[in-house]
Amino acid sequence: MADFLMPSLGADMESGTLTEWHVEPGDVVKRGDVVASIETSKGIIDIEIFADGIIETLLAGPGTEVPVGRPLARYRPTGTPEPAPGVPPSPHAPPTLPSVPPPQTPSATRPATARRLASPAARKRAAELGLDLDKVEARAGGAVTLADVEQAAAARPAAGPTDMRGTIGQAMSRSKREIPHYYLGTTIDMRSASRWLEQHNTAHPVTERLIYGVLLIKAVARAVTRFPELNGWWREGRFDAAHAVNVGTAIRLRDGGLIAPALLAADRRPLAELMHAYQELVQRARTGGLRATELASATITISSIGEGGVDTLYPIIHPPQVAIVGFGALVTRPWCSGESLVAARVINATLAADHRVSDGHRGSAFLVAVADHLQRPEDL
Amino acid sequence: MISMTGMTRERAHELLLAMLRIRRFEEKCVELYSAGRIRGFLHLYIGQEAVAVGVMRALRAEDAIVATYREHGHALARGMRMEALLAEMYGKREGCCRGRGGSMHVFDARTRFYGGNAIVAGGLPLAVGLALASKLKRNSDVTACFFGEGAVAEGEFHESLNLAALWRLPVLFLCENNLYAMGTALARSESQLDLVRKAASYDIPAAKVDGMDVLAVETAAHAAVEAIRAGGGPRFLELATYRFRAHSMFDAELYRDKAEVEQWKKRGPIVTFVAALRAAGLLDDADLARLEAAVERELAAAVEFAEAATFEDVADLTRDVYTREAAAR
Amino acid sequence: MTTYRDAVREALRDALAGDERVFLLGEDVGRYGGCYAVSKGLLQTFGEERVRDTPLSESAFVGAAIGAALGGLKPVVEVMTVNFSLLCLDQIVNTAATLRHMSGGQFSVPVVIRMATGAGRQLAAQHSHSLENWYAHVPGLRVVAPATLDDARWMLAAALADPDPVLIFEHVQLYNVEGQLDPAITAVDLDRAAVRRTGTHVSLITYGGSLSKALAAAEQLAGDGIDAEVVDLRSLRPLDAGTVLESVRKTRRVVVVDEGWRSGSLAAEIVARIAESAFYDLDAPPARVCSAEVPIPYAKHLEEAALPQVPAIVAAARRAVGG
Repeated sequence: MADFLMPSLGADMESGTLTEWHVEPGDVVKRGDVVASIETSKGIIDIEIFADGIIETLLAGPGTEVPVGRPLARYRPTGTPEPAPGVPPSPHAPPTLPSVPPPQTPSATRPATARRLASPAARKRAAELGLDLDKVEARAGGAVTLADVEQAAAARPAAGPTDMRGTIGQAMSRSKREIPHYYLGTTIDMRSASRWLEQHNTAHPVTERLIYGVLLIKAVARAVTRFPELNGWWREGRFDAAHAVNVGTAIRLRDGGLIAPALLAADRRPLAELMHAYQELVQRARTGGLRATELASATITISSIGEGGVDTLYPIIHPPQVAIVGFGALVTRPWCSGESLVAARVINATLAADHRVSDGHRGSAFLVAVADHLQRPEDL
Repeated sequence: MISMTGMTRERAHELLLAMLRIRRFEEKCVELYSAGRIRGFLHLYIGQEAVAVGVMRALRAEDAIVATYREHGHALARGMRMEALLAEMYGKREGCCRGRGGSMHVFDARTRFYGGNAIVAGGLPLAVGLALASKLKRNSDVTACFFGEGAVAEGEFHESLNLAALWRLPVLFLCENNLYAMGTALARSESQLDLVRKAASYDIPAAKVDGMDVLAVETAAHAAVEAIRAGGGPRFLELATYRFRAHSMFDAELYRDKAEVEQWKKRGPIVTFVAALRAAGLLDDADLARLEAAVERELAAAVEFAEAATFEDVADLTRDVYTREAAAR
Repeated sequence: MTTYRDAVREALRDALAGDERVFLLGEDVGRYGGCYAVSKGLLQTFGEERVRDTPLSESAFVGAAIGAALGGLKPVVEVMTVNFSLLCLDQIVNTAATLRHMSGGQFSVPVVIRMATGAGRQLAAQHSHSLENWYAHVPGLRVVAPATLDDARWMLAAALADPDPVLIFEHVQLYNVEGQLDPAITAVDLDRAAVRRTGTHVSLITYGGSLSKALAAAEQLAGDGIDAEVVDLRSLRPLDAGTVLESVRKTRRVVVVDEGWRSGSLAAEIVARIAESAFYDLDAPPARVCSAEVPIPYAKHLEEAALPQVPAIVAAARRAVGG
């Protein structure tokens, strides 16, 4: 007994619908006889049987859709044996494509004096963070990736003092080596600001008290919005002005380390909010809970010598930033008010900026703007 | 009735055997394709056997042949080994083209069989070039170029006839007019149905031949070839023929009547030749059985060969793109 | 002193004289002397059988060249410009490129097809294409672009010696270029790119008619302290990726100059290979200077703006270097 199968008439034929049988059980058929008509996507096609025999059973009725290769009828072969159609196809795995030569992995031929293999994204991020690529571990072997750099940056606060000293040293060395610094200084009259602060803090509970440092941050942030050439990064040979003003605030750590995480969007946040953010930042900086974005996103930095320190601080720019404002201690000094000499609360502000991006004229105007803002603390 | 003047028993049986080999081979291909052993497109020559057989008998071993995607009959008639042809259609390494070409792209250097071409009219310029080589080499080789009547619509047909005539090249243009280019009847695509006039417009001597009569084909081909060899430039034959099966396997033949097919079958090349031979006493039942058995044996061996043949290693995928493999970068 | 045109003519003369299987065919190559006067005088020397004027039948005569090659001859077929090759694309891509493979290695097609290419003479959209990349896309073909006089002189011989189809692209602006042939060169290969100017700061990769622009750009850049290396691809298929990558690994910055339209250009292929194999060696993104996405216009200033020019190459190199 043999099966008459639905034939394959084309590679894109998956099934056919039987429309009409031209034979019945018991009919004698010869090789080449048309036994049925099937409907296909192309139309109705007659199909033939390839053996001599007698039809036994019809397995599909008109209107039935039958997949290619499935039985349509059974028949009993007779007559001279057909030349064997051959061994049924043994299933063999579909040929696999030859493997394409893999793109270069970092372990491929390297020149003898190899530089550290790192993806462009990793390089960029490391530059932003001031990280030395040579110190970043490539966790997957091969090239240093962005994730490797981010992890190295996040792990930084946990580094011990000597490590931090080394890191700071390297960043500062690089800064001095690569950035053409220019310096400008001015003394800012802080009488209004001090008075206002005192009044404010008297009128508010302890939890809402402000420190003058926050006034400095806000004044700098507001002023720099008009001087985009002081707010951004120098990368890959050109200056990228930042859209936001994220003021990096230098925070001294207990073990002698220094870190400058950013207060994001400092120009737009109310003083009270800035105060809370700053306190929280200091807390996290000291306990090692800073986020990578906070470490990487400063667009300009402020460094304050704080109480009891010297009058003037000459700061070093934190690459890849292009400017840093240094404040000396808030002191009482002789001051000219009109024609008379008075004792006034003043603070020395110093701007160090990248001469590739800005010049003294603009730097000066910026510092003047900072001073102006501090004359009207109620507007900050 | 076909004229049997001067026909010998031997020659009669040779001709019939040649046509039977093609017929049974093509019928077997139907079965194998339906069972999925042959894939891609399959274009059958059933009904047209007299053309290939008749023309090949007029050619010499040194002559060149260019054909179309419906070329199994031409390949067999020319002398390609049946098992190599079938293995090729199975996609096997032992096929004539290592399985790289398949049914539509059959080539055989030994018999100067330059394909096999899936582009309608694509082979005509090639044939012109082969003929040009003969002419420049100053030998008397002829290039026989087979194509269907659908090809006369292509620009390449006109360019090739013009060039062959202009340079007096030894090409025999053989137009197998089976009335349908896939599903389009000739009258629906040609403003001028008299195809020999197209050749005449290029100043190429042309004739119409009854493509169902193997002796008529042989006679006409012989005359044309001799004229070409004598330096007469190209010749054109329009051979009236018919394919009994669809354009390819997956074709519902919506474009022609079954009655028309049946009419042509009655005038088929094999059935009429057999009748004529019988009438002339050159063929009896025993002869026919003997010939069929011989074909069946050859065919069975070819199927066995193709089934047992092997597939090329995928690692060799990019071989034979360039002659010097180093260039295949 | 000679010209690029003369160099090509000498190459053809050599070939016709040295091997009787060689013959030239194409439109107006005989009596007219060649559309660009390349074959002037050859008909007189070698006769009508060896220097054949053809009718305007690109498909037929390119196909015939293929057939003749199959038949044992060594045809050099000239398609007047790459613009007209669109009429014989079928024969080149479907027959010449495929015959060896489809026949399972039984046949080779040793045909040489020369085509003029490129823009710059206000001939407008239909006469200004640079379609080398279409052909460089196809396995089975070899594609070369002689950009120097020496290559114009000697690439033809190498192409004739190659058993596979070789397409030679001659940029129309090069025919009049004058120069000296190097007497030491008597043969060239078809495989390797050539470093035409060594440098350390940026690699300029180019071919054909754009080579002179890249060299001019390099001169200008030198004045600004930027040391550019210029690589002439010479072979467009197969690409000599090795030479290109070696240059990029040295300079770490690359600009590819290609007269084809930017989208899907040969430059795109080269940049892809650089990204695949030299990603970690780059200090700047690879850059391309190509033709603008417009059919080449007739008006002079518009055509100039559409094509790659020296200032654009200089600017791209500067950006890559970060200056």
